[in-house]
Amino acid sequence: MVKRVVIVGGGAAGMQTALELKSRGIEPMIVERDIELGGKVRGWHKLFPSFTPAGDVLKPIAERIKAERIRCFLGQDVVGIASDGVTLRSGERILADAVVIATGFTLFDAHRKQEYGYGLYDNVITSVDLERMMNGGKVMLADGSEPRRIAILHCVGSRDEKVGQRHCSKVCCITGVKQAIELKQLFPTADVFNFYMDIRMFGPGYEELYREAQEKYNVHFVRGRISEAAETINKRIQIKAEDTLTGRPLRMTVDMLVLLVGMNANYENGDLAAKSGLSLAPNGYFMAQNSFLGTVCSECEGIFFAGAATAPKSLADTLAEASLTASKVDEFLRNKFPSWQ
Amino acid sequence: MAVTNFGYGINRPRAIDLDTNDLRKSRDIIAEMPELQTCIGCGSCTASCTAGNLTDFNFRKLHTSVRRGEYKGAYEEIGKCMLCGKCRLVCPRGINTRGLVMLLKRKLGDF
Ligand SMILES: Cc1cc2nc3c(=O)[nH]c(=O)nc-3n(C[C@H](O)[C@H](O)[C@H](O)COP(=O)(O)OP(=O)(O)OC[C@H]3O[C@@H](n4cnc5c(N)ncnc54)[C@H](O)[C@@H]3O)c2cc1C
Ligand code: SF4
Ligand code: SF4
Ligand code: SF4
Repeated sequence: MVKRVVIVGGGAAGMQTALELKSRGIEPMIVERDIELGGKVRGWHKLFPSFTPAGDVLKPIAERIKAERIRCFLGQDVVGIASDGVTLRSGERILADAVVIATGFTLFDAHRKQEYGYGLYDNVITSVDLERMMNGGKVMLADGSEPRRIAILHCVGSRDEKVGQRHCSKVCCITGVKQAIELKQLFPTADVFNFYMDIRMFGPGYEELYREAQEKYNVHFVRGRISEAAETINKRIQIKAEDTLTGRPLRMTVDMLVLLVGMNANYENGDLAAKSGLSLAPNGYFMAQNSFLGTVCSECEGIFFAGAATAPKSLADTLAEASLTASKVDEFLRNKFPSWQ
Repeated sequence: MAVTNFGYGINRPRAIDLDTNDLRKSRDIIAEMPELQTCIGCGSCTASCTAGNLTDFNFRKLHTSVRRGEYKGAYEEIGKCMLCGKCRLVCPRGINTRGLVMLLKRKLGDF
């Protein structure tokens, strides 16, 4: 008899896990709260570290989901998770032999760092807004003109006790390097300054890209956190920081300030975990069984994880993890149903 | 009536002001030596520096300040370097730091 697995979340992690399960002869179903599959990656323009258009990665996956006739419940919110299935907001239950949690992350709401004036000042935007502008084909200031001086601030909503987010979001440093290069390609005569606390280049080719941003694109890296931003009468942004490498306060006016927003855990993780007997890591992400051999397993038999639901991850890591999740689910089902196949 | 001096005065602001600093010279230096921008501020050059171990000469701070358009006193400061070249042996970014000393001397003579 065919074994069924319900996947909560139809982002990159959920979609890829579904395909991997299908190729193992298991019947996956995806429940996605949005009316479309794809998750956050749908909002990205070009992907680090190779500047591959995000659509080039997502589209083939989405097409295979269709071709394989994988059942998708779109616009459906999962509010309860158990090892034998999930409960939708409507109260309806979807039964299965195992469950995969692929609910991803939540973007930090930049309004919460009031000192940077997001939502108050016209030319303060987030990294997500910049991706949207690039997708729309035009990056510009609020008045339609071109920026000549741009500051990019790292760690907004990450590594910050003030907003209750102690963890590092992992992907924003490399996103900041990528976006600095993209801005220099769009506006070669503009000056771009990245204000960082630490530069974390964890992936293959990332450090090389950082170096390219410095040497080839002349991006200025200043070690120091911007303490506050204020709008000038002509809508420019005045910023203050310490240039910690010279040990002196630094101030300057820029045309545009880009905030590299972090990856927070979903707010409803606590509720979902409490109902299902799962636990959360101190940063609010789902806690894996252990850090080595059980990174996609939970403490509950029959419930598994994929993607950014357990920690900030790059798309490459997310997609790679999906195969691991599928293989762990497969192993679990074979042990549970020895007579199966 | 004599003005009493209470000991208060106006201090010159210590901040680096990138709006008023003249960055032309800094741009010029970077354009001649783009590899200078790859500095990761590790301090190996300063740690190994012969002059820095005998005086308060700090090579890392000096070239970082120059990149920010702070040239005042930099030419005199660079005179403390003995051109021993040890910094170049240790720089993890492979920056020609000794060559940078020569470049700074050439570019900052008029400050
Ligand atoms: C600004 C930014 C830029 C980035 N750029 C890159 C890049 O260039 N290259 C790269 O490799 N990575 C990049 N990343 C990382 C990438 O976005 C993530 O690796 C990827 O989105 C993780 O996929 P996921 O499916 O785990 O999570 P998500 O993309 O968050 O998808 C989770 C899905 O689950 C759904 N969901 C959540 N809860 C429920 C529920 N209860 N019921 C039903 N559905 C639910 C959500 O609606 C969503 O569709 C970037 C991240 C950020 C923040
Ligand atoms: S990846 Fe970089 S910007 Fe993002 S939280 Fe970590 S240190 Fe900060
Ligand atoms: S060359 Fe000059 S700066 Fe470099 S180590 Fe020798 S004295 Fe110091
Ligand atoms: S050794 Fe090189 S990278 Fe390190 S501070 Fe000196 S110049 Fe910069």
